Amino acid sequence: MADGVLTVVPMAVDTRTDRRPSSYAGILWHSTVGKKTAMAVSGIVMLLYLVAHMLGNLKIFFGAVEFDGYAHWLRTIGEPFLHHEWFLWIARIVLLAAVIVHAVAAYQLSRRDIAARPTKYAHPSPGRRPSRRRFAPQVLFKKRASYATRTMRWGGVILGLFIVWHILDLTTLTVNPHAAAGHPYANVVATFSTWYGNVIYIVAMLALGLHIRHGFWSAAQTLGANRPTRDRTLKAVANLLALVLTVGFLAVPVSVMTGVVS
Amino acid sequence: MNLTLRIWRQSGPDDAGRMTEYDVRDISPEMSFLEMLDTLNEELILSGDEPVAFDHDCREGICGACGMVINGEAHGPERTTTCQLHMRHFDDGDTIDIEPWRASAFPVVKDLVVDRTAFDRIIGAGGYITAPTGSAPEAHATPVPKPAADTAFEHAECIGCGACVAACPNGSAMLFTSAKVVHLNSLPQGAPERESRVLDMVGRMDDEGFGGCTNTGECATACPKGIPLFSITKMNREFVRAARKG
Repeated sequence: MADGVLTVVPMAVDTRTDRRPSSYAGILWHSTVGKKTAMAVSGIVMLLYLVAHMLGNLKIFFGAVEFDGYAHWLRTIGEPFLHHEWFLWIARIVLLAAVIVHAVAAYQLSRRDIAARPTKYAHPSPGRRPSRRRFAPQVLFKKRASYATRTMRWGGVILGLFIVWHILDLTTLTVNPHAAAGHPYANVVATFSTWYGNVIYIVAMLALGLHIRHGFWSAAQTLGANRPTRDRTLKAVANLLALVLTVGFLAVPVSVMTGVVS
Repeated sequence: MNLTLRIWRQSGPDDAGRMTEYDVRDISPEMSFLEMLDTLNEELILSGDEPVAFDHDCREGICGACGMVINGEAHGPERTTTCQLHMRHFDDGDTIDIEPWRASAFPVVKDLVVDRTAFDRIIGAGGYITAPTGSAPEAHATPVPKPAADTAFEHAECIGCGACVAACPNGSAMLFTSAKVVHLNSLPQGAPERESRVLDMVGRMDDEGFGGCTNTGECATACPKGIPLFSITKMNREFVRAARKG
């Protein structure tokens, strides 16, 4: 040092590992990757519930007595260990938590994502189309994000609004045209005897199918469960789940409309 | 070939910028895309105009310096770098839109040049090993299983061009970050920092303002080096594992 001044390099500070949240949940919730993990887990919880819900709905084809009896049985699950309706309330709390985690994470991540691309491209991204390279058959088509992938956000909003209406319609009976407590069969038939009940339900179930088609596979990606050898199977399972759930749920309004269930 | 180019012109970081139209004549189909831009720039300089600024270096597809969005696709219609894209992939009379990478973490410096130092800071957060390096070590000093070496090599191919960020609808740097995390975490030399690497690099990536991953796959489609989407899957696995270990 020509001027005799030693420059102190704060090496210990520069090279130290940055402080991170100390808890497992804290590390996850404070990062985009971890928040997606929370979305994947909450999504799978809701998906498992939907499979049970759809199968239960199909009991409507065995008549009013059996369907209403099934609805009553749901309130008695776990008795005598659990008090009357406790199982139902536990399930509702778990589902509510899953919906809240899923929606809050989706909202926060979407805001980040939109802010990360403030200027849009003047030229829109071209769709799936053949590559013009002649000597590379493995890239004959450039893969593009599917319709299901591109509609996850608005599809999720539609599903959120649907859940509110669905609970007001068939759980609290606030907006149900029949509104007879303890007679779900008659309430379901009443809802699907209105044009708006059918429209809301059918739109929501189509959105659900698309959401699951991308969501199930995406959850496997996020949780690190996907492998090159499993990719096609996971995509097939995602499509199958989406199709079975959509068809299963839509069977009820279609049957009411066509008079199979009345 | 005669072409109409619509190029993003922006005189500096604070300028609003706009698409400007240029006509170029007598372009050879054998020219690379950058040579076509060189031709335009020569004409602009001769007529006293400001040439179009763009990044380029090796021009053989290995450095990652060049990069622009051509007709809405990062590096254009072929899966390669812009310097290795040739004009034979366009037709006479085409109108070609040329824009810079768009991401808040990649601010435009001038015209088609963006500031990609956010990538350097992600690498600085953990894209290295702490073992002493110096002269090349004896090759068999640390045995590396062949599958691990293959995985590491596949991910080490990343040249950091930023096409993944440019192609992602969320401006996410997940593919870039995962390529480096998987590269080093696959090797025994990278094992001592296995957990801190993924946590610090993902943390830095988030701090730089990149978006999150929604598994659209656009990044892997655009990547000129073919880094697979499974790279991100692996990093997610590493991240959750590291978070659990603390």
